[in-house]
Order: sequence, then C-alpha cells, then structure tokens
Amino acid sequence: MLELYILSLLMIIGAIIAVEIKDLLSSVIAVGAVGLVLSVTFLILKAPDLAITQLVVELLCLIILIQATIKRGIPRVISRQSFLTIFVTLTFIGLFLAFAYSSLRDLPQFGHPIMRVANHYLEEGLNKTGATNLVASVILDFRAYDTLGEATVLFTAVIGVLAVLRKIGRKKTP
Amino acid sequence: MIIYFMCLILFCVGLYAILVKRNLIKIIIGIIITEYAVNLFFILVAYRSKGRAPILAPDQIVKNMVDPLPQALVLTAIVIGLAVTALIVSIAVRVYEKYGTFDITKIRRLKG
Repeated sequence: MLELYILSLLMIIGAIIAVEIKDLLSSVIAVGAVGLVLSVTFLILKAPDLAITQLVVELLCLIILIQATIKRGIPRVISRQSFLTIFVTLTFIGLFLAFAYSSLRDLPQFGHPIMRVANHYLEEGLNKTGATNLVASVILDFRAYDTLGEATVLFTAVIGVLAVLRKIGRKKTP
Repeated sequence: MIIYFMCLILFCVGLYAILVKRNLIKIIIGIIITEYAVNLFFILVAYRSKGRAPILAPDQIVKNMVDPLPQALVLTAIVIGLAVTALIVSIAVRVYEKYGTFDITKIRRLKG
C-alpha cells in the first residue's frame, strides 16, 4: 500500500514538472518518466499485460513527441498568461476536486471490487475459451467486437496521419 | 480512498495544462497525462487487496484474483490513446509547417 502512495506521488511530481518546465524537450522527457512509473504501478496492481503494453506504448509515444519537438525553432515557451485565466482555472479545478471527493465515498472501498460479471468470466473462462490468461480470454473471446472496434479506430487514425502529413497532392501555399 | 484522490489530482494536473497552456505541445502533454490518470483509475477500482494476477495456475483460486474486465478495457484504451496521440501530433506538426509556431495565440489565420 505504501509503494502505491510513493509511486502516485512520483507521477504527480513528474506531471507538474512536465507541465511547468520551460524547455519543451525536457517536458517531453518528463512525460516519458510519468509513463514508465505508470507501467511499474500497473505491475504492482497485478496487471502484467497492461504493464507490458504501457511500456511499449510509452516508448512509441516518446519517439513521436521527440520527433515533433526537436529541430523546430526555439523550443522554449514564453509564458504570458493573464492572472485571471489561471485564477478561473484553479477555481474550477478546486470545485471539481471538492465534488469528486464527496462522490468518491459512493465507490466500493479500495481493495474490494464488485465483480458480478467478472466472476462469471473467471469461473467459466478456462472451460469456454481454453485460455489460461483471463485478460486475453476477455479481449479475444468474450469481448472480441470491442477489439474489432479498436482495430478500426487504429487504422482510421493511421489513415488520418497519412492524410495530414502527405507530401504529394497538396495545394501550394501562396 | 486517498489513492483515488491522488489519481484525481493527477487528472487535474493534466486538465490545468489543457486549459491554461498556450503551446500546442504542452496541450498534447496535458491530454496524455489525463489519459494516464483515467487508465490508472480504472485499474485502481479493479484491484483486490492481496489478490493475484488473473492468470490461471494450479494453486490459484478464483476468489483470489483481481478483476480482469477493466484490465481488458484499459488495454484497448491504451492502444487507442497511442493512435490518437499520433494523430494530434501530426496535426500539430502540420500547423507548425504552415504557421511556423506552436503558440496558439499567434495562429490567427485559421481560415481555409
């Protein structure tokens, strides 16, 4: 339990550094650190599949962001935010946290999940699908249409990236 | 209960970056942090104290495993998050090519 607090505190500090630091490349590296700590947190919360996926996705995300930020002019942020904007934003975030804290009590206690559907999956998973990894059995058998939708979204995003970054067939800018 | 609240604070850091920052890369970083916080929240809700990973073994009993359903959904969400991030970054790079800056207050000619 203590290690969870330490890791989440580390994630919050890394996120604050990533948001507030002036240098863009350092900010991107701080986001990478947050993602790696999140991967370790998944491992402690007994989700090894998620830890592996998060590690790979984090590295790819870091590569994409570094490719976007490096060699693009002056990578420093000149911050001239008005005081009013920050004040209003912090007020709304404080309100959100207050409402969220009052509604968190209705959730099940930490460490005691409600597993009405999942108990069925856990008991019948081996007999119905033959997979010993129950996360894989949920993804690929019980909820395979979900994975089909994921693949659709993935290919749509790839087509979008190719269409936005294409070099040929683009109108010449005056 | 406190661990849920820390997860929400992480969410709020990302929300602050989205609302206040004026650099496009900082806004993208805010979106990524928000996404991490939501994924972490789902896995925290699914955790069972002293539970084991949902992988069957000879000495494993069903009452002792964490919830596999949110893990499966979050696995989908992580991969979709990567695709969405790639799309946003490519749009930001295109904006930089056209306007020469990442600052959203200087991108005024958003027509045509």
